[in-house]
Amino acid sequence: MSELAESKPAAGSKIAAPPRGLPGWLEIPLGGILVEPGNAVEYRTGSWRTRRPIHDPGKCTSCMICWLYCPDDAIVVREQKVVGVDKDHCKGCGICARECPVKGAMTMAEGGAY
Amino acid sequence: MPRLIGLTGDGAAAEAMRQIDPDVVAAYPITPQTEIVERFAEFVADGLVNTEFVAVESEHSAMSACCGSAAAGARTITCTSSQGLALMHEVLYIAAGNRLPIVLINVNRTLSAPLNIHCDHSDSMGSRDSGWIQLYCENVQEVYDTVIQAVRIAEHPQVMLPVMVNLDGFVLSHSVERLELLDDEEVREFVGPFRPVVDLLDLEHPPALGALVAPEFHFEHKYAQWLAIDGARAVIEGVGREFGERFGRNYGLLDPYRLEDAELALVVLGSTAGTARVVVDDLRERGIRAGMLRIRCFRPFPADEIVEALKGKKAVAIMDRAGTQGGEGGPVFGEVRAALYTRGVFLPVINYIYGLGGRDVPAASVARVFTHLGQVAEAGRVDRAVNYLDLRGWN
Repeated sequence: MSELAESKPAAGSKIAAPPRGLPGWLEIPLGGILVEPGNAVEYRTGSWRTRRPIHDPGKCTSCMICWLYCPDDAIVVREQKVVGVDKDHCKGCGICARECPVKGAMTMAEGGAY
Repeated sequence: MPRLIGLTGDGAAAEAMRQIDPDVVAAYPITPQTEIVERFAEFVADGLVNTEFVAVESEHSAMSACCGSAAAGARTITCTSSQGLALMHEVLYIAAGNRLPIVLINVNRTLSAPLNIHCDHSDSMGSRDSGWIQLYCENVQEVYDTVIQAVRIAEHPQVMLPVMVNLDGFVLSHSVERLELLDDEEVREFVGPFRPVVDLLDLEHPPALGALVAPEFHFEHKYAQWLAIDGARAVIEGVGREFGERFGRNYGLLDPYRLEDAELALVVLGSTAGTARVVVDDLRERGIRAGMLRIRCFRPFPADEIVEALKGKKAVAIMDRAGTQGGEGGPVFGEVRAALYTRGVFLPVINYIYGLGGRDVPAASVARVFTHLGQVAEAGRVDRAVNYLDLRGWN
């Protein structure tokens, strides 16, 4: 962390302190370049969610339609079975529930938090 | 050994491009820049350069192609004018923000409407805040020299910003002047190989460009960009000095003429400086202490240097070959006056909007600006801040 990012306004200053914890201008790559591949996984788009998909494993046939349609690769599959939703990356778009051919296997609920 | 020839400004720009031998040129023809593209396309067809020439369908595509090639680690040059630069506008910001060291030769022409193909600076002034370095040339020799220097300035690791080299449409682009042409080898040695800071084709460390930047980071990126263009001042001076040491012609941010002991000073960009020199000489012979300050580098704006050069003058006239519709006076006026006054240098400053749409700027007209300056100096105050040179119906 650079001095700039951590610097505080002088005592008595009415200027608000900059947000802590993020790198300052000098520490970020030139021109907003992403310097390493495959780092989209680190961006937690799940915080954008205002509605959440509810997966019912009792009704789900693991037909993989939701997995195929999910634009964020947020359907979690283990041993060829749909086991749930990646809460860190699901944006709550609802495509999985809309495309699900089995009534009640994937439904949307109000609110982003699980 | 340099070779003496007669060449137009467009021809000189094309010659410089041939000697630089860039990896990629993506350009679209537009009057009065067409001759650059035509000549360079011939160089490509004749096998005189190794350049990949991309004949695009518009200037928006030209600048987009340039962004792609520069990001891929290729030395990239383009050229345009007027509406072409306007069509590039959106992508100009992307080139600067992604820190791509593209060189753009802009032949200054007014913007439509009314439709007009002749010179003024409204095209480049419209993109003055796009993050590009802007250099304005006085004559054909400077066009040639500056295109060569621009490559070095843009690619400097501490700059990594695009550079726009401006030359006045027709006045320079189509006028044959004396040109000292350097050897191909000398130019290639001066510009050196391109060592890209960003390389999309680096398969060991593949980067991604142009990704979404959230509010938490956008401001920091813009600040880094501001510092880079601010710091480019020293690089522009350094490259200009090195060019002078090697080839005998020195270049800096500013180009003062008989300014030191001057009482009345003209501030000017581009080819009008040539006319102003003649007028200054003439007035000096008649005992009037006239001087001229040519701003070669408008972006980054050398505020401290301009104030240092102008302080102590009795009156200063800022010449603007563009207006700010709805603003107070022209863009150069606004910035020079602000630079003076914020530094506590309160001298009378007037503005002259001149030469729009290719209106000729004869010496007699420039002399009239000095006459007005003399009156302002004598009164010690500005009678009218914004003036229009040779505008019928205005007085």
